Amino acid sequence: MIELIGLTKRFDGFTAVDGVTLSVAPGEILALLGHNGAGKTTTVRMLAAILRPSSGQAFVAGTNVAERPREVRQRIGLLTENPGLYLRMKGKEYLGFFGRLMGLDADETEVRARELLTQFGMLEAWERRMGTYSKGMRQKMALVRAMLHDPSVLLLDEPTSAMDPRSARLVRDAVLRLRDHRRAIVLCTHNLAEAEVLADRIAIIRRGRIVALGTPAELKKRLLGPPMMELRLAHPLNGAAKLVSELARIEGQGEDWLRYSTPSPQEINPRLLQTLASRAIDVITISEVERSLEDVYLRVVEGQDSQGVNGGTTNHDSSI
Amino acid sequence: MTALSEHLHRAAGSALARGQPGQSLRMLITLVERDIRDTLRDWRIVVPIVILTSFFPALMSFVAHLALNWVVKYGDPIIGERLIPFLLMVVGFFPISFSLVIALETFVGEKERNSLEPLLATPLTDTQLYLGKTLAAMIPPLLAAYLGITVYLIGLYLFKGWTPPAVLLALIIVLTTTEGVVMVSGAVVVSSQTTSVRAANLLASFIIIPAALLIQVEAMIMFYANYSVLWWIALFLLVVDVILVRMGIHIFNREELLGREIDQLNVLSLWRTFRGHFRWEPWSFGRQLPGGLRWMGTLGGLYTREIPAILRRSRMALVLVVVGLLISAYIGYVFATRYQMPPDSLRLDQVSSNTFSELPTVGWLPALTVRGVLSNNVRALLLATLLAVFSFGTLAEVLLMAPMAIIFFFVAQAAQLGYNPALFFAAFVLPHGLLELPAAIIATALAVRLGATFMSPPRGMTVGEGWLRALADLVKVFAAIVVPLLALAAVIEVHVTPAIVIWALL
Repeated sequence: MIELIGLTKRFDGFTAVDGVTLSVAPGEILALLGHNGAGKTTTVRMLAAILRPSSGQAFVAGTNVAERPREVRQRIGLLTENPGLYLRMKGKEYLGFFGRLMGLDADETEVRARELLTQFGMLEAWERRMGTYSKGMRQKMALVRAMLHDPSVLLLDEPTSAMDPRSARLVRDAVLRLRDHRRAIVLCTHNLAEAEVLADRIAIIRRGRIVALGTPAELKKRLLGPPMMELRLAHPLNGAAKLVSELARIEGQGEDWLRYSTPSPQEINPRLLQTLASRAIDVITISEVERSLEDVYLRVVEGQDSQGVNGGTTNHDSSI
Repeated sequence: MTALSEHLHRAAGSALARGQPGQSLRMLITLVERDIRDTLRDWRIVVPIVILTSFFPALMSFVAHLALNWVVKYGDPIIGERLIPFLLMVVGFFPISFSLVIALETFVGEKERNSLEPLLATPLTDTQLYLGKTLAAMIPPLLAAYLGITVYLIGLYLFKGWTPPAVLLALIIVLTTTEGVVMVSGAVVVSSQTTSVRAANLLASFIIIPAALLIQVEAMIMFYANYSVLWWIALFLLVVDVILVRMGIHIFNREELLGREIDQLNVLSLWRTFRGHFRWEPWSFGRQLPGGLRWMGTLGGLYTREIPAILRRSRMALVLVVVGLLISAYIGYVFATRYQMPPDSLRLDQVSSNTFSELPTVGWLPALTVRGVLSNNVRALLLATLLAVFSFGTLAEVLLMAPMAIIFFFVAQAAQLGYNPALFFAAFVLPHGLLELPAAIIATALAVRLGATFMSPPRGMTVGEGWLRALADLVKVFAAIVVPLLALAAVIEVHVTPAIVIWALL
């Protein structure tokens, strides 16, 4: 559905996006994760055929963004960081305006708009001037605008960055409702929790390059090592640590707990439990230690920074 | 897939075949309609416009009525009569100048309000977007101006029973329209090229001040009741309208609009770009030469490849300059037939070597030395280049046309006084002109290109980059062709032309 091959964008000697290669399948949500200025917005603007790539290629629904930009713009829906509504207009006028620009007639626009507004729980906004909307409503209205022509590709550029937690939650829920097996969604964000909740795959972008790409689970495994388990006992550890160390690598321990990592917990954990039970060691819990995407992101960023400090060049393939 | 969804995809597909003029027009009208409605919803814009188009013209018609009565008492009604059309022009101009704020924030205002990007992500083409926004910025001020004129005329009719002659009314409407279009389209160009409304407002001075000066000139002409000159001004404004709208469309680029965040002057980057365009590929044989002789390869590359390439890039400008020269020759001829010189004023039989040595005593002519002639010609061409930058290239063309018109004026005068015009031309102009004229044509063409780049940058280049390339081309051509040719021409003009003149005419 979306394919980027060595996509690059330079502005006056500054390279904003540097040889990005990735693809997004229909039905998939890909999060482009990176801090401000990493190249997320520039990538999305190239996918929306607003900016022309300096080199490389990008295809949206099989159409080359540089060669047939109007066709691409017809197929995409773009939600920008700021909703950018015309605040003096009513919701119905605004959607009617964009509907006409997207080639829909008035009846089609109204049916589709009402359907989306109902889906997002804001049908009452149809007749109201948009200047009276709350922040969350404005962003949802922008989302309705982006979805009006039922695009096969939805590009969401920092959709919740300027929002309070409640409004952000409303928009996130709305995005989840737009998931469809025919539609590819690219979500730009620097909100790690949001990326983890919404995305099937995550591409971490740094200084214009993709430095890590995969599902959240894959990235955690690849960058943080094998899963980590925590064992809590009813009594002090005594000889338990030695038993564990025979099966897995101990990462840390306290008076009555220890953490160990193992690439195959499904095999090691039952054996460990059997061993402990045979020695009459009472186990309270054995559970997987939660590792967040934030850890992954920080690991990637620190890795890149240390490469930079050591004078090494960042190779976008190195950590993928 | 739902029925509606299928339908939407079909609609999207059919919308892709939007090359159809009807569909394009529909999108354009949609854009214009929305922007005008939005403008009319802003009371801060509407209230002053209503005041300027109703109260102010009504006041003006009352003032005109009082002034007319007052001057009549002193037996000089003509001043009052001239005042009426002048005020007619003013009431049309005021609403336009005020409404300029709409045009100034057309693009940059939307960018600041973050509403531009969603619009850029629609299938609107750059031209549709630019024209739609320009029309939306143009229609309210023009309607306000026409309304102001109407209110003023109604007032005058009610106070004095005065109705304007049809020609005067047509002139005022044409002048108001052309001037309005110049100001608004200039403001839209400014709006599409700046990064903040503040910067756009600052740059608006470059529109308002010339427009106000023009109004003053028009007012003076209006008091002389020389309406034919005003028609010429209207024609001039029409040409500027076309240039500005064309320029706006050409240089408008949605990428530039979003890509540029700050108006920073990066001298180093400008220098790098200039240097990149200034470099040329040396002749390959130069690489085989010893170090001290490699400059031959560099020069070879310049003259055999780079200069021809530059001239090819400048061919449109060259054609334009040559056509301009032919027109100037015709103008010189026409003036010579209309204003014939007295027989004593051109006595070629009295030309002697003293005639040439006494030339510097005629204040505006350069000293007849190689250095004097060369520096004068180089200075004139550099001045033409400078003027070209500020006039989209037109003044460079005019500066070359003027001496050509004078030369042909004298050639035609010589013919009318019984001299052989071909001999006159061959003796006075041709010897050095064979070198000087091509040099002047080429230099002027490059200057025209430099100025015209603002209107029409080369494909794939920004205005800045296109301009820097045109400047690099001009510098190369000036150094490699123009100055050497002018130097040779100066030697001939000082040492050969006088001898040929004396030999041929005596």
